[in-house]
Amino acid sequence: MQGERNEKKYEYLYHIADAKFRAYGSTMEEAFENAAMAMFNVMVNTSKIEAKELRKIEITSPDIKMLLAEWLSELLYLFEVDGIVFCEFRMERIEKTGEGFSLTGKAWGEPIDLSRHMFDTQVKAVTLHELEVQEKEDGGFWVQVVVDT
Amino acid sequence: MPEERKDAASILTKVNDYTWDIPMTYKPGMRVPGRIFVSRELLKSLEHDTLEQTANVATLPGIQKYAMAMPDAHSGYGFPIGGVAAFDRNTGIISPGGVGYDINCGVRIIRTNLTADEVRPRMKELIELLFHEIPSGVGSKSKIRASDSELTDAFLHGAKWAVESGYGVPEDIEHCEENGFMKIADPSKVSEKARNRGKPQLGTLGSGNHFLEVQYVDEVYDEEVANVFGLHKGQVTVMVHCGSRGAGHQICDDYLKILDKATHKYGIVLPDRQLACAPAESPEGQNYFKAMAAGANYAWANRQVITHWVRGAFARFFRRDMDDLGMNLIYDVAHNVAKLEEHVIEGEKKMVYVHRKGATRAFPPGHPDVPAVYRKVGQPVLIPGSMGTPSFVLHGTQTAMELTFGSACHGAGRVSSRAAAKREFYGETIQKELAARGISVRATHPSIIAEEAPGVYKPSEEVVDVVHQLGIARKVVKLMPMGVAKG
Repeated sequence: MQGERNEKKYEYLYHIADAKFRAYGSTMEEAFENAAMAMFNVMVNTSKIEAKELRKIEITSPDIKMLLAEWLSELLYLFEVDGIVFCEFRMERIEKTGEGFSLTGKAWGEPIDLSRHMFDTQVKAVTLHELEVQEKEDGGFWVQVVVDT
Repeated sequence: MPEERKDAASILTKVNDYTWDIPMTYKPGMRVPGRIFVSRELLKSLEHDTLEQTANVATLPGIQKYAMAMPDAHSGYGFPIGGVAAFDRNTGIISPGGVGYDINCGVRIIRTNLTADEVRPRMKELIELLFHEIPSGVGSKSKIRASDSELTDAFLHGAKWAVESGYGVPEDIEHCEENGFMKIADPSKVSEKARNRGKPQLGTLGSGNHFLEVQYVDEVYDEEVANVFGLHKGQVTVMVHCGSRGAGHQICDDYLKILDKATHKYGIVLPDRQLACAPAESPEGQNYFKAMAAGANYAWANRQVITHWVRGAFARFFRRDMDDLGMNLIYDVAHNVAKLEEHVIEGEKKMVYVHRKGATRAFPPGHPDVPAVYRKVGQPVLIPGSMGTPSFVLHGTQTAMELTFGSACHGAGRVSSRAAAKREFYGETIQKELAARGISVRATHPSIIAEEAPGVYKPSEEVVDVVHQLGIARKVVKLMPMGVAKG
């Protein structure tokens, strides 16, 4: 998957039964946004989805990896319960707090319409297996996630 | 094919033709050896990650005998898929990583009085009807509008709730593992989020490898046991494969976070965070167990409701009443679950938490947990094939109690990823090839078929033969697919 300036936003890695991906960003916020893109693109081609509805998301977690898992889990929850398929993500800030980390983000999408949206297999959950949030030596961040499909 | 493959055989020590051990020296912290039950042929497709994950399980406190992997094992997250491990009630742990997200994903088989010859000419229409009658796929909504109290009842009483609500007959409950519900379930341990996800999905099949299949008995290996199970050659059966949907996924998710904290609190060192766990009898461990049981019950309720709709669809389609069609439930097995069971370990009876993640219970003749009607021959062990490949009914054995804590495999086991499958196979082509072999497949769209193409799984015959040769379950009949509906 290629970004606008020919930078890779995310890529899928091999996993026999589930989906594993890495997402990249010049900031951690951007890497979190791209991870959400990678996750929704496991299920559906998000380029066909319109950004019509907004959901705001606030999460606090004991550590940065768990924050990533909870961000993605919350999006999955909203996908299932509110029936919105998301296509755009904006991470406003990730902050270190007294107890751990917190984030404030936004996600846009549209209500699931089975007559127009072609879904592949569903992402059931975000696992903690091989979960990574890393800063690159040359600047920028990468994150890694295995989702259960 | 996997990009990374180290030689599994060089790590393993051969015990016999179907049993290979991972020595305790393989990884620091292993408390017991790992034990993989595969043939030399299946060993070739065994991933290095499967061994790694089995070895990780061997490091968990209170583990008994071996960290095991069934013949269909492949890598997952936390436990491998096909993983079986038992932990001492007092010194051991309980872990959602040993059950997975789809709590009580399982399989049931319903018999019929119909013959393959009667059904075959109309198979395409029948599978079309079943596809529309039973909601499946991403975003599908149930026909049931469960109230809050009904949802609570489903968490509490599983298949029993469903039958009492009009979805089925009392005999169905007797023909489910645990009689269709685990008594330990406590809905107050289930989060609001899990309820919100579960509520609209009660009575849906889901997506991925879940399916509904019309099959026929192609071969009978053991006439006597087949008779006890009510199966004979040429007879049509229906298989339902699904689980606890969003409810189970959320319960697992919620408790992973809770047990992640507990892991630190109790000073447990883990090689993989997905193995988050707590001492089995600790408050955290027990809360998970009670919520997991509620999730398991939801899954039994789900399969029971779907069964009722399948019967209704058959009755309308063949214009015969349900009794006349003889659509009795043969059995229903869980293949992602943890249970408190009694096993004999080093000559002594012991209570252990057996975790089966992608493994089927296979209790022997005479075991009190086997339904009275099957007690002479052992519990039916239901092994689904992949789409287009045979499924099998086996029966449990005493050997399973001795070797595998009363467990056998749960399916064929993947050898290729979903992404690779979509690159390699075209759904339409697979659909045509299967149609040419007399198998009608109805899915939401073709790429769903590609993801689950027969070529991405190990041959089910090979896996089941290892189980049979080991004697942890014995073959009773082979079922061939005629029609498959999937979301």
